[in-house]
Amino acid sequence: MPVTCTGGGRVLRAALSGEVDHHGARAIMEELSRQIDLELPRELTLDLAGVTFMDSSGIAVLLRAYRQVGELGGSLTVVHVPDQAARVLRAAGVDRLIKFA
Amino acid sequence: MKPINEAAVSFLSRSANEGFARTAAACFAAQLDPTLEEVNDIKTAVSEAVTNCIVHAYPDRLGRVSMRLRLFEDNSLEIQVKDWGVGIDDVDQARQPMFTTGSAERSGMGFTIMESFMDAVKVRSRPGKGTVVTLRRKLSRRLGAAV
Repeated sequence: MPVTCTGGGRVLRAALSGEVDHHGARAIMEELSRQIDLELPRELTLDLAGVTFMDSSGIAVLLRAYRQVGELGGSLTVVHVPDQAARVLRAAGVDRLIKFA
Repeated sequence: MKPINEAAVSFLSRSANEGFARTAAACFAAQLDPTLEEVNDIKTAVSEAVTNCIVHAYPDRLGRVSMRLRLFEDNSLEIQVKDWGVGIDDVDQARQPMFTTGSAERSGMGFTIMESFMDAVKVRSRPGKGTVVTLRRKLSRRLGAAV
């Protein structure tokens, strides 16, 4: 599974894995969106440690999760960002919007 | 400048081919013994260019995408991604950050990423005829290079 979720008590941790490109982004986005609707998290942590490649499709995944959690009054933190994904996210200025830890 | 090596691949505009295209480009670039960061930059830019073809050039049908790779004596790599799709009406607008005609799954940052990761990005397009995106990146000269 490209998205593995754990949590409870409105704290959700989602670990993404594999290649986050246009080919895979829709499935990731849909599963993440479903989990957010289910858990209504106040805190969402996206763990990117298992991501082997990311392009601008990954930006759309992160921005959608950021907006969805924001609508619930919650916050998003992105952790364990691999170097390649970090370069993509920085080039797009996503690091100015979303908290990276 | 005359290329010292050249390769070309052609494939259908299926999203499964995004991974194929970036891996093919990385394999071709490997003969210059690039750093991991350089390989990742090439893969990322190619992924953006090819995804544009799949999403925008052929929005409602499968079409053909070609990728030509060329190496030059100055250790630079040129990647040309070509489609015969709908074309781009306004290239300057398409290159603006956050601009997209795609769905919510698109971020509109494809050209911004290409420009960040490559030394030069050239776009030629004719509405109804297709688009050619040319990416150029000079790589560091390293001892392990095979050419």
